[in-house]
Amino acid sequence: MKILIVDDFSTMRRIIKNLLRDLGFTNTHEADDGSTAMPMLRSGDFDFLVTDWNMPGMSGIDLLKEVRADGKLVSLPVLMVTAEAKRDQIIEAAQAGVNGYVVKPFTAQVLKEKIDKIFERVEG
Amino acid sequence: MDTSEPIHDDEEFNAQLRQCANHLADKLQNGQLDEATEIIYSLTDARNTPIFNSVGQLTRGLHDAIVNFHVDADLSADPPEVKSSEIHDATNRLQWVIEMTQGAADKTMDKVEAVAPIAMSLGQESMRLKEDWERLKRREITKEEFKTLYSRIDEFLNQMGEGTQILNASLQDIILEQGYQDLTGQVLNKVITLVTDVERELVNLMRIAGQVEKMTGIASGEAEGAKAVEAPALNSEAEGPQIHAEKRNDVVNGQDEVDDLLSSLGF
Repeated sequence: MKILIVDDFSTMRRIIKNLLRDLGFTNTHEADDGSTAMPMLRSGDFDFLVTDWNMPGMSGIDLLKEVRADGKLVSLPVLMVTAEAKRDQIIEAAQAGVNGYVVKPFTAQVLKEKIDKIFERVEG
Repeated sequence: MDTSEPIHDDEEFNAQLRQCANHLADKLQNGQLDEATEIIYSLTDARNTPIFNSVGQLTRGLHDAIVNFHVDADLSADPPEVKSSEIHDATNRLQWVIEMTQGAADKTMDKVEAVAPIAMSLGQESMRLKEDWERLKRREITKEEFKTLYSRIDEFLNQMGEGTQILNASLQDIILEQGYQDLTGQVLNKVITLVTDVERELVNLMRIAGQVEKMTGIASGEAEGAKAVEAPALNSEAEGPQIHAEKRNDVVNGQDEVDDLLSSLGF
C-alpha cells in the first residue's frame, strides 16, 4: 500500500508517518502542499492520500477537487486530517468527495478507525 | 495622543455666520464690495481653521503611533519601505515560535524513535525467557538448555540495566525539551500585548479621522466603519485551529461531532 501524506508542517507529516507505520503501512511518501502533491499523484501509483486542509500554495480542499476531477485519480481514497473544524467546511469536503475527515488534534485510535473504515468500504 | 478637546465648535461658528451674513448684506446694499469680500474671506477662514486643526491632530496621531511602534521606514520610496518596526519584530518572534516548536517536536520524536527499539527488544526477550523459565519450573528442561538459559539470563540482566539507563536518560531529555512551552509562551504574550496596543491606536486614529470626515461632509454616518469590520468570511476560507470551538455554533467540537455530521450526510 503506497500512501502520500500532504501537510505543510513537517512535524505533522512525521507524526502521521509514525502512526501509519505502527498500523503496518511502511510505504509512505510526503508532499508539503497540493501543488507538489498533484504531480506525485499523477506519476506515482498511490493507493491512498492523507491531506491537511490549510496549506500555502494549493490547499487540501483544492487538491481533493483536482483529484476528483482527474480521470485516473477519481476513485483514490482521500482522508482529510486538519485543524479546520467549521461545519460548512466539513460539508464542503464531503460534497467534494472526501472519504474520511479527522480533526486535529487526533489520537492514533481515531486515525486507525477512519483508515479501517475507508478500506472496508473501498474493498467491500 | 490627547483627543479629549472638542475640535470644532458648531455653535460658535453658527453665531459668527449669522452675524457675518447681516454685515455682508449691509455692505452689499451699500455697494462696499471690497469690504464684502473681506467678510467672505474671514468666514472661509473660520470654517477652515477647525478642519486644518483636526487634520493636524490626525497627522500628529499617526506620527505618534509610528513613533510608539518604533517604525523605521523610508517614506520616499514607493511603496514606502519598512526597515524595522515592532510589527516587523513581532513577525520575527512568531517565526521563532514556529521554529522553536518544530525543533522541540523533532527532538522529542528523535528521542522516542531512537529508544523505542530498545524497549521493544527488552520486551520480546523477556517474553522468550519467561517461556523457558516456565519450562524450567515444570522441570521440562535439559541440562544443555539450562546452560544456555543461564547465560541468556545473565546477558538479559546486563541488557536490562543498560537499556533502562538509556530509556531513563531519553525520558529526562524529553521532559527538558518541553521547556519550549515556557519560552514560546513568553514571546506570544509580548506579541499579544503589541496587537492590543496597535488595535487601541487604530481605534483612536479612526475616531479622529471620523471627526475630520464629519466636518468636511465626507462621511454619511458612523455605522459604516463598524459594518466593514464584520464582513463575513468565506465559508471555505481556512482558519486554522479553533481556539474556542465550544463557544461557536458554526464549528464542531471534537471528532465525535465530525462523525455525527458526516453520518447525517450519509457517510
